[in-house]
Amino acid sequence: MRRLLIAVPYLWLLALFLIPFLIVFKISLSDITLSIPPYSPNLDLSAGWSGLVDFVRALDFENFVFLTQDDLYWKAYLSSVWIAFVSTLITLAVGYPIAYGMARADRSWQPTLLMLVILPFWTSFLIRVYSWMGILSTEGLLNQLLMNLWIIDEPLQILNTTTAVYIGIVYTYLPFMILPIYAALEKMDDALLEAAEDLGCSRLEAFWLVTWPLSRGGVIAGCFLVFIPAIGEFVIPSLLGGSDTLMIGKVLWEEFFSNRDWPVASAVAIVLLLILIVPIVLFQRNEQKAREAEG
Amino acid sequence: MRRFSWFNATSLTLGFAFLYLPMIILVIYSFNASRLVTVWGGFSTRWYGELLQDEAFLDAAWVTLRVAVFSSTIATVLGTLAAIVMVRMGRFRGRTLFSGMIYAPLVMPEVITGLSLLLLFIGIGLDRGIFTVVLAHTTFSMCYVSVVVSSRLATFDTALEEAALDLGCTQAQAFRLVTLPIIAPAVISGWLLAFTLSLDDLVIASFTTGPSATTLPIKIFSSIRLGVSPQINALSTILIALVTVGVIAASLATKRRADAAERDARAAIRT
Repeated sequence: MRRLLIAVPYLWLLALFLIPFLIVFKISLSDITLSIPPYSPNLDLSAGWSGLVDFVRALDFENFVFLTQDDLYWKAYLSSVWIAFVSTLITLAVGYPIAYGMARADRSWQPTLLMLVILPFWTSFLIRVYSWMGILSTEGLLNQLLMNLWIIDEPLQILNTTTAVYIGIVYTYLPFMILPIYAALEKMDDALLEAAEDLGCSRLEAFWLVTWPLSRGGVIAGCFLVFIPAIGEFVIPSLLGGSDTLMIGKVLWEEFFSNRDWPVASAVAIVLLLILIVPIVLFQRNEQKAREAEG
Repeated sequence: MRRFSWFNATSLTLGFAFLYLPMIILVIYSFNASRLVTVWGGFSTRWYGELLQDEAFLDAAWVTLRVAVFSSTIATVLGTLAAIVMVRMGRFRGRTLFSGMIYAPLVMPEVITGLSLLLLFIGIGLDRGIFTVVLAHTTFSMCYVSVVVSSRLATFDTALEEAALDLGCTQAQAFRLVTLPIIAPAVISGWLLAFTLSLDDLVIASFTTGPSATTLPIKIFSSIRLGVSPQINALSTILIALVTVGVIAASLATKRRADAAERDARAAIRT
């Protein structure tokens, strides 16, 4: 019984998570061919041991070497990390005051405010990104507003630029930033702030010396929750970004669907994962520390 | 003393305006009579009519709904099992790998999950369609379900289960009569989460589906790639309305249950 309980989810994940991942790894070491499926070598198990040997001999790191030679790829990796990093900082700057305001609000209001933050999270991601297309386009509402206010004379090109990608990421990932910071601030004891002020701190000093350090766990968690998924983002750059917005999720998609180069797409995926391992491990460590601190 | 300053009020107002204005504008413009999506041409429900007559959208909605119901239900069963394995089964061989496989899909970029599953389906010669999308959605959403359920299981007092066993329940009865009712809220939220994740997913579905099964996000994505469309505004409004009603209903239900539990507790103390 115990064995069966373990086996069912275990086998499911092995078959549909681990094995597919190993296949990606294998194909990233293969060569592109004009066949179906469009790569070689295939592992021929019927040939037994010699089939395995042939298979291993034919594998090489050509695709990874290719990634380093064509500057499209490393530029796309760098710019994904950069865009994710900048958007994380903006999201923090926008999200912190909101989380702070929520934590200061009257207790009876807090469940409602919390629901208002969570509600967009349940709404379709695609629709939330789409809602900005009508606002940011050259004939869009933002440009109409700015022109009516005589701030600009001719419409700004915002849609299909990297600026629009920043707006899109900040908008869609904002709840992920607000929630952990709010959770940290909400636990804070107000008496600490009063003590700091009694001891001669200004409000700003009290914030900097008391509130900020106490909310740091939430800030770090929020930043990782935005940064990690933003790196591999596909929908936002393809709808809001322009042709000069390079992001690796989009490159992988195009490599696969447009160029039909499966080995290179797989190699792109493997390198993307290698890049993500560092922030993911740091994030796990932060969570671990938070759990230990709570006892 | 809680100090709620003008600064707090302003940042909350601006913050919630930022979160909600784009969607409110979308809803308003879905009632625009003009085809030009940025010029107001009077009130009309014309786009809703066109949308409801568009076979392709209705088909896509039906495919999406079936995929979401099947995948979230299987994911809830598998995810709850996985949570029980993680929290209750103690040590067993391969536990580290198991917990790795539960947490990895949560942080895996969708493009990689999609790509790897597609390569698997092609590798074993499985025809792509609704079935493969269900498999794909089940796999990533069961991990979310298991995280939600295991956090509830971890705070659960095992003494209750032991009491049931002492009073003559079998393991299965103890699970069904004691454990399951207690973790039920977490299981239900896990199902809801899996259901929404499936409804929402564009990337993984694009990789794993075939020409026979176009889901709603795929259909939406292909129509908005080239720009704003009034029909999609109408569709978005319908989806936003459904989610809003659902979330408000769910939170009212939770509140009522919490109130009832509190009342019971108070009544129990009095007697």
